[in-house]
Amino acid sequence: MATVIIPTPLRKFTNNTARLEVKAGNIGDTIQQLTTNFPDLKKHLLDEKGQVRSFVNIFIGNDDIRNLQQEKTAVKEDTVISIIPAIAGGVK
Amino acid sequence: MIIIEDGARNLMVEDAVNTFPDECCGFMFGTEDEKENRVIRDILVVNNSKPGDKTRRFQISPLDYMKGEQYAIDNNLTLLGIYHSHPKHPAVPSETDRLSAQPFFSYLIISVFENREITLRSWRLNDSSQFDEEKITNYQFS
Repeated sequence: MATVIIPTPLRKFTNNTARLEVKAGNIGDTIQQLTTNFPDLKKHLLDEKGQVRSFVNIFIGNDDIRNLQQEKTAVKEDTVISIIPAIAGGVK
Repeated sequence: MIIIEDGARNLMVEDAVNTFPDECCGFMFGTEDEKENRVIRDILVVNNSKPGDKTRRFQISPLDYMKGEQYAIDNNLTLLGIYHSHPKHPAVPSETDRLSAQPFFSYLIISVFENREITLRSWRLNDSSQFDEEKITNYQFS
């Protein structure tokens, strides 16, 4: 089973669970499983078109899936997937 | 309500002053009780990774974010929020701040001016994705 690390601000949508196990072939399947099991997570991960929000980064190890095969990036048994909120802001 | 321990507050203010006129940023760690009262006990200064002009924007890189989460685990604390400065502007969240904000996190804003006039205010998103001010109980601002 691959492991998904849930960031602190989204743990209230996963029953305060920080690490989840998933059995999935790729990142798209992983997200599908997460949002099926934890429906409140969906609006924080996906936009209206069902695509990963621009404010959400998904990493495998230290690699952004945008630099891999995006949602089609393969997931193996020992893959560790991090969901990382984009942290930004400022005066204007 | 939120309490910011003196050591953590001093480090954040020092970061805001030293980084002026650019925006500084970092993580806040601490504990939270069942009534969501928070105590900020520690902070981690993070590089503002916003490309180009940093006087009006900040950004924390994904790799630094992962370090923040790991720091919380290593120190048995909760990652409770983000601090950043508003150089020459009030400690009030902008629309950019709101659109980028995460649920759960406290957003501490440090207003800093040339004369070192400093104001700290803290904010949290409500269920309507609007900011509510979070009272800092051990801090008086003029």
